[in-house]
Amino acid sequence: MKKNGPVSRLFIFLMFLFLYAPIFVLIAFSFNDSKSNAVWGGFTLDWYVELFQNRTVLEALQTTLLVSVLATLIATVAGTAAAIGFFNLRGRTRSVCLAVNNIPLTNADIITGVSMMLLFVFTGQVLSQWGIDFRLGFPTLLIAHITFDIPYVILSVMPKLRQLDPNLAEAAQDLGATSFYAFRRVVLPELMPGIVSGMLIAFTMSIDDFLISYFTAGSQTSTLSMVVYSMVRRRVSPEINALSTLMFLVVLAMLIIINLRQGGALRQTRKNGGGPAAEGLLSLENEDLDPSSVQER
Amino acid sequence: MKSKALAVPYVAWMALFVVAPLILVVVYAFTTRDGGFTTANFSTLTQYAGVFGRSFLLAIIATLVCILLGYPLALLLAREQSRLRGMAMLLIMLPMWMNFLLRTYSWVFLLERNGFFNTLLETVGLPKLDIIGSPTAVVLGMVYNFLPFMVLPIFSVIEKIDPRVIEAAQDLGANSSQVFRRVIFPLSLPGVLSGVTMVFIPSVSTFVISRLLGGGMNLLLGDLIEMQFLGSAYNPHLGSAISLVMMVIVLVSMGIMNRFGEGEGEAVLL
Amino acid sequence: MSKELIRLADLKMVFDDEVVLNSINLYINDKEFLTLLGPSGCGKTTTLRIIGGFQKPTSGDVFFDGVRINDVPPHKRKVNTVFQKYALFPHMNIFENVAFGLRINKVPEAELKRRVNEALELVNLPGYGKRSVNSLSGGQQQRIAIARAIVNRPQVLLLDEPLGALDLKLRKDMQIELKKIQQQVGITFIYVTHDQEEALTMSDTIVVMDKGSIQQIGTPEDIYNEPKNAFVADFIGESNIIDGIMHADGVVGMYGKRFPCLDKGFAKDEPVDVVIRPEDIDIVPEEQGQLTGTVTEVTFKGVHYDTIVDFRGFKWLIQTTDYSPVGARIGVKIDPDGFHIMKKSVYSGTFGDYSSYSDAYDELNEGPDAEGGHEE
Repeated sequence: MKKNGPVSRLFIFLMFLFLYAPIFVLIAFSFNDSKSNAVWGGFTLDWYVELFQNRTVLEALQTTLLVSVLATLIATVAGTAAAIGFFNLRGRTRSVCLAVNNIPLTNADIITGVSMMLLFVFTGQVLSQWGIDFRLGFPTLLIAHITFDIPYVILSVMPKLRQLDPNLAEAAQDLGATSFYAFRRVVLPELMPGIVSGMLIAFTMSIDDFLISYFTAGSQTSTLSMVVYSMVRRRVSPEINALSTLMFLVVLAMLIIINLRQGGALRQTRKNGGGPAAEGLLSLENEDLDPSSVQER
Repeated sequence: MKSKALAVPYVAWMALFVVAPLILVVVYAFTTRDGGFTTANFSTLTQYAGVFGRSFLLAIIATLVCILLGYPLALLLAREQSRLRGMAMLLIMLPMWMNFLLRTYSWVFLLERNGFFNTLLETVGLPKLDIIGSPTAVVLGMVYNFLPFMVLPIFSVIEKIDPRVIEAAQDLGANSSQVFRRVIFPLSLPGVLSGVTMVFIPSVSTFVISRLLGGGMNLLLGDLIEMQFLGSAYNPHLGSAISLVMMVIVLVSMGIMNRFGEGEGEAVLL
Repeated sequence: MSKELIRLADLKMVFDDEVVLNSINLYINDKEFLTLLGPSGCGKTTTLRIIGGFQKPTSGDVFFDGVRINDVPPHKRKVNTVFQKYALFPHMNIFENVAFGLRINKVPEAELKRRVNEALELVNLPGYGKRSVNSLSGGQQQRIAIARAIVNRPQVLLLDEPLGALDLKLRKDMQIELKKIQQQVGITFIYVTHDQEEALTMSDTIVVMDKGSIQQIGTPEDIYNEPKNAFVADFIGESNIIDGIMHADGVVGMYGKRFPCLDKGFAKDEPVDVVIRPEDIDIVPEEQGQLTGTVTEVTFKGVHYDTIVDFRGFKWLIQTTDYSPVGARIGVKIDPDGFHIMKKSVYSGTFGDYSSYSDAYDELNEGPDAEGGHEE
C-alpha cells in the first residue's frame, strides 16, 4: 500500500495531540506550586505529599485493589469453567447461554448498575421482613464486579477452546492419563493464553469501573473512581492532578513491562517479526471488540 | 459429556445476577410504590421527551464525529509499517486504561473560564471561549473518551483485509479511490458497526460527562436515571421505566443498523 | 512464430541487500503458455509481480508491446492476475466478483451480464452467480478467480501457483482444463509454479529459475532431454549425475571406462557432468554390463521398481520393470542417447547422488503449502 504523505502524518499527529494534550497538561500541573489550574507558580511535590496523607484516597485505593483482585481471581476460575461448559453445549441452549452472557457486555453500564442495585435493594427489603439486615456494601460490590468480569474471561477462553484439537485430550488419555490429568497437563496449557488475557481484561475492567461500582457499593464503601468522582464534583484540588499522574505512570509502566516481555518472547519464536510491540495487548483488547470472536456458528 | 455440568453454576449465577435484575427493572417500571400495577411511570416520561431527544441527539453527533475522525485515523494507521502500527495502537489504548473520570476532568481543567486553553488564547490576544457548560463540551467529552472504541475495531478489521484482495482489485482496473470504495470500505463495515455500538451506547447513557462538562445545564438520560436511584428525586419506579425505554430504543436501533450491515456486526449486540 | 509481447530487460531486484533477481532477460511471445519454474525463493513470483505491476524492479525495464511500462500502475496494465490463494472479494457474490473489472470499466449492463455468464461457462460453473464466495470449494474458487481475470479480456494472464492449494487429483484435472482455457481464449499465460510435472504438462516454454537467475529456457522436451546444468537436471525429473571426462566427440569417460554417447563440441578431456535418467538404464546380467554394481534398495512403485544400485560408492537410481533383489550383483547397459553431457557449473557435485535416496524423495513430495510466501 502507499505510504502516508505529510498531510496524513499531520492528521495522525493532531489526533494523538487531541488524545494526549489533556493528560500531559494534568501531569505538568501536578507539579505546580499554585492552586490555579492556569498559572504556573513554580515546581513542587506538595500535592503528592498531600495525596498520601489523604485517608479517604488510601482507603479507597485499598478497596479498589481488593475488589479487583478478588473479582478477577473468582471470575477467571468461574469463567474458564463456564467457557468449557458452554463449549460442550449444543444448539439452542448454547446460543441462549452465550446471548445472556453477552448482556453485561452490550448493555449500557448504567443499566447493569441500576438493575443490580434494584436486586440488592429488593433483597434487602425481603430479608428485613425476617429481621435480617442486608445492605449494599463490599459484598454486593464484589458480586457486581464478578458478574461483569466473567463474560470477558469467557470471551477470551472461547476462541482457544475452538482452536483446541479435539483429539488432544483423547491422545493423552490413550497414553494412560486420567481425564483430570489430561485436562491439567494437556488442555489447560493450551487454554492458558486465553485465560491470562481474559484475566488481564477482567482486572482492567474492575480497576477502571466507575458506573457499576457507583450503584452497587452503597454509601459506606468507596472505590478510587468513586472518590475521584466526589472530588471532581466539588471544586478541584491539584491533588487530583497528582493522583492522575501516578495512575498514568502505573498504567504506562505496566504496559511497557508486558510489552517488553511479550516482545522478547515473540522475538525468540519469530525470526523476522515486524513489530510485536502492542500486538499481544491489542489482541486481548480486541477479543471483545472483534465481532467475529463473538459470532457463534 | 460431563463437562457440560461446568456450565451449570454460571448459568445459575447469570439467572440470579443478570436476568433477575433485568426482570426487576421491568417489574419496577410497571408498578407503583405500593406494588400495584401501573403504566403511569411511562406516561410521566412524556415530560422528559426533551431529555430523551437531547441524549440521543448528542450521542448521535458524538458517534458521527467519532466516525469522521476515527475512520481516517484507523485507515491511515493501518497503512503504516507494522512497527509504527503497533506503537500507534498502544498509544491509542493507553488513555483508555487511564481512569475515565480523570480523563474527563482534565478537559474541565483545560476549558474552564480561567483554564489552560483560555489563558493561552488570552496571551495570543484572542477572546476567551466559554465552552464548559455547553452541549459542545459534552460532545467533546464523549468524543474524547470514546474515540479509541471507534478506532480499534475499524483498525483491526482493515488490518485483516488480505493485501492480495486489494491487489486483485487494482489488477482488475480499480484506481485507488475505486479500491477504497468498492473493496476496503465495504469490508471495513463490520468494524464501523461495532465501533458505532461501542461509542453510541456509553454516550447515550452517560451522566458523568454531562455532569462534569455540561455544568448541570445539559441534563441527559444518564443524569435522569442516576437521580431516580441515588439522587434527590429518588424514585426507582420512574428510573426503571426510563432505563427500560432507553434500553428498548437502543436495542431496536442497533438491531436495525446491524440488519442494515447484513448482520455482520450483529454478534456484538446480541 | 508469433510476435513478441513482453520483454524483460536486465531486471534486478534487491530487498534489504538481498539479491532476489539477478539480471533477468526474457521475452514472451503472444499466445504463449510460459511457465516460470523453480524452488521457493528463486524469484519466480517476484518476476510475475513485476510484470503485474505490484513491484518495481530495482533496475532494468519491462516492455509491453514495445512500450516501457515500468511506471504504469497495475490498474492500467492489460494484464490480469490469478492469485495464489484466489483473493476473491469476500463481500461480493460470485457474479459481482467476476463483474468487478467490467463495472470499473463501466461496461453496459447487458453486455456485462452476457460476458460474466460466458466467463462462468468457460470455467464450467454456469449458474453459480448468486452463490457466496465461502460456499465454494477450493477448486471452484480457483475457477472463479480465473473467470474474474479472463472476463476482462486481458492480453496476458498471470497465474501465481494457482493450483497450489488444491489436492493432487483436482490439480491434475485443472492442469488439463487450464491448458484448454488458454487455447480457447487464445491469450498469453504466464504461469508460476514449483511443480515440474505441472510445468511439463502445460507449457509451451519453460523458464527454469534458481537463486534469482534464469538457468534454462526451452520447450518441455528440451528442458527434460537436454538440461543445461546439474540444477536443471535434478529439478526436472530424476537424474543420476556423475563426474565424467569428455575424451573426444561421442566418447565420454566415467569410472575409468569409456562410453559411446551422442554429444560433441567439448574440449578434449574436459571435465563434465554426465546425466543419466533412471529410465534410460537397462539392468543386464553382471557379465554383460558396461558397469557392475550391487543392489542396495528396491521399492515397488506400481509401473516399475525404483532400484538403488551402488557403483563404487556412488548410488544410482534405476527405474525398471525387472526385479532385482537387494544384494544382487548386476550389470547395467546405457545406450548412447541415454547420456546427457553438461558443462561443469556451480551446481556440479551438489545433485544427482541417491545415497540419501529417501530424503531426496521426501523433499520432492513436499506439499505446495511448504512453499510460497517466502518470496515477497
